Amino acid sequence: MANFYTDNRDLRFHLTHPAMEKIVRLKEMDYRDREHYDYAPCDFEDAMDNYDRVLEIIGAICADVISPNAADVDHDGPTVADGHVTYARGTQENHEALTRAGVIGMNFPRKYDGLNFPMVPYVMAAELVSRADAGFANIWGLQDCGETILEFASQEIKEEFLPRFNRGATAAMDLTEPDAGSDLQAVQLKAHYDEARGTWLLNGVKRFITNGDAEISLVLARSEEGTTDGRGLSLFVYDKAEGGVLVRRIENKMGIKGSPTCELVFRNATAKLIGERRLGLIKYVMSLMNGARLGVGAQSVGIAQAAYEEARKYASERKQFGKTIDQFPAIYEMLTLMRVRLEAMRSLLYETARFVDTYKAWSFLSEERTLTKEEREDLKVNTRLADIYTPLVKLISSEWCNSIAYDALQIHGGAGFIKDFPVERLYRDARITSIYEGTSQLQVVAAVRGVTTGGYLAQMREYAKREVRPEMEHLKKQLSALTDAYEKCVAEVTAKSNTELTDFHARRMVEMAANIIMGFLLLHDAQRDPAYTSSAELFLPLAVSENSKRADFIASFEEKELGLYKVN
Amino acid sequence: MNGIKIVVLAKQVPDTRNVGPDAMKADGTVNRSVLPAIFNPEDLNALEQALRIKERYKGVTVTLLTMGPVRAAEIIREGLYRGADDGVLLTDRAFAGSDTLATSYALALAVKRLAPDIVIGGRQAIDGDTAQVGPQVAEKLGWPQVTYAEEMHLEGDRLIIRRRLERGVETVSSPLPLVVTVNGTAPSCRYRHARLLMKYKYARTDTELQAESSDYIAAGRPAIKITEWGVEAIGADPEQLGLSGSPTKVKEIENVILQAKESKRLTASDKDIESLVRELIENHTIG
Repeated sequence: MANFYTDNRDLRFHLTHPAMEKIVRLKEMDYRDREHYDYAPCDFEDAMDNYDRVLEIIGAICADVISPNAADVDHDGPTVADGHVTYARGTQENHEALTRAGVIGMNFPRKYDGLNFPMVPYVMAAELVSRADAGFANIWGLQDCGETILEFASQEIKEEFLPRFNRGATAAMDLTEPDAGSDLQAVQLKAHYDEARGTWLLNGVKRFITNGDAEISLVLARSEEGTTDGRGLSLFVYDKAEGGVLVRRIENKMGIKGSPTCELVFRNATAKLIGERRLGLIKYVMSLMNGARLGVGAQSVGIAQAAYEEARKYASERKQFGKTIDQFPAIYEMLTLMRVRLEAMRSLLYETARFVDTYKAWSFLSEERTLTKEEREDLKVNTRLADIYTPLVKLISSEWCNSIAYDALQIHGGAGFIKDFPVERLYRDARITSIYEGTSQLQVVAAVRGVTTGGYLAQMREYAKREVRPEMEHLKKQLSALTDAYEKCVAEVTAKSNTELTDFHARRMVEMAANIIMGFLLLHDAQRDPAYTSSAELFLPLAVSENSKRADFIASFEEKELGLYKVN
Repeated sequence: MNGIKIVVLAKQVPDTRNVGPDAMKADGTVNRSVLPAIFNPEDLNALEQALRIKERYKGVTVTLLTMGPVRAAEIIREGLYRGADDGVLLTDRAFAGSDTLATSYALALAVKRLAPDIVIGGRQAIDGDTAQVGPQVAEKLGWPQVTYAEEMHLEGDRLIIRRRLERGVETVSSPLPLVVTVNGTAPSCRYRHARLLMKYKYARTDTELQAESSDYIAAGRPAIKITEWGVEAIGADPEQLGLSGSPTKVKEIENVILQAKESKRLTASDKDIESLVRELIENHTIG
């Protein structure tokens, strides 16, 4: 039987990373749930076996149900009538299969009918679903909203909403408005407290809302009259059963067509406040966005995997000049570099997921007891790393997913341009990943802090301390040389103390950091399993040439040239 | 009707769908070591039907019944992962070598002891392809049998069954108890359920518990037992079981080697298309 989990050895490899022992122990709080739940694990091996087996279920559903449905879902798409959305038939089947398998709410605590899985297997599931159908992956991935409810909502709201996810409730995060896209501080949707009815009422319009007709929606709204910035915004939860929100239209998109993108009209929709007023954007949405960005990272890796598989298959079957085209250097180089970059971005994705897991586990534990000094330090370190790695994952994997899909289509030649092969859908689906949940340009703005504060550099130095096999020592030396060159480059830019110049070079510096970090990650992968040696060896020359290109540009650039670039 | 009890007959079979050259041994028996053991596909369709009835009506229980070696306990676990309430493994050296007659004798006795209202099995197993066991169980119990089922539901104290026949669909009604066999065209079985999987993955028969070092399983969680029945538990006559109870004898095995390339090349000309259509009608592929 086809299975998207077991057919890709990278996944088990990352699932069994040595850091998992600590992550699982923290997440399971020393396996105490086994006293109360007959399906809770009693130790590390038991928990890991659960993740493996549940991912196998999801891998089977992806291969047998979601992937075969993808072409029809892309063609048919959802429809809207009387203010509500109906999913394409395939989308309904996908959602039902996953709901029936009891896998929704993967990382919620068991008391809310979740499986209490860490982020690593959850992100893996998102990757699998995305490989099968990137549009459907959004409907699956919006269970992230539950994570926000779990972290910030009252006990009452948690009990009301969280158990519904496992029974199949879908979710949406209603943030964007016609005049508030990248700049969410401009959100206008109005929330006012109706004293007579004892409830919050929402009025206004939201736009570009993925899965906007979901059962459970998190809504960012202006609760403080007279305010104009982010500090006047609060986060609410709206239950579709209450009514008051209608879908005015759904967008006709280029890709991810199975996922309805809605324009919503709120007319006195009753809603409940999450957490405290005024913290909606500055605290809760920031956390929600970080989860969503990691989700887009997983989605990008999944699409890239699907595109790579299509290209690999086509190139091994298509014959020209008497041999299959994968025998020609121009094609095998493309294929191999697709695979190497795919492995690099996947290593970055799961490294980030581990940082997120670690800091989340500590912060949950900190609600129960006071953390020791070392524990607090570990929480701080991992929070910081998750903060600077998340935009890096989003930036790199979405951009590379696009270029891998581009190359995959190119390998198909003319056949790729017509709708007979899945690769054209993958190419269209890939395009949104570098745009939504913060464009690549905005990820750079978030990531550059890791450059200017030295966060990335410190982590590179940390990676360099790890031992490698003698025959790979030369790779480590090269990476250390790349690190030195990066440090010098960053110092040159920041020494000018010109914010505009730093912004101008930001993407170059962030990408240099990413290349070095992925180089180290692949090197460490190769220590754990020699099967990854060639990837590490192939990636390094790429990193060297890509980084020197950027370093050369920065070194030869003069501040005054900025003016030449200005368009007005 | 409340409290309906369903028994699902399921068999562990070698996966014959992707056989290689070493699938059969020289003596003509199946080389089980190279073929993975799986849940017989149409028995999964049968299980799905049982689980749907359980979801639709109150108080329905689903018990899996399988006969086979100790490792067939895996079939019971697979059923538990998907929503069956419990399972019974019929296992005994005396059962070894049973043909369909001896198998249905043992299964009918086990069913009698379980006393269900409905027995559902797959139409046939992919190793023997006889489609005899279900009907034979019904005959031995003296119960009605309905074959080729695709869908079923309860109406009062009767079961309404939709059957897929060669030239159409037939709906029949039967009193309980009865035996139903299900076609592969019925809805496929649901996937394993995450929580059930995590709960039942350590369910074991007594024999399995004795065979493996069970310290780990026993450590932290209550043991979930899978019932194991031998010849005595069902009060069977050993003479009617195994080789002695099986009149079927394999006389000879013939190896059929299919030609890999039995293809014909046709052009898009009207003449070629017409001759193809005629040929397909003549050999009843179409028409």
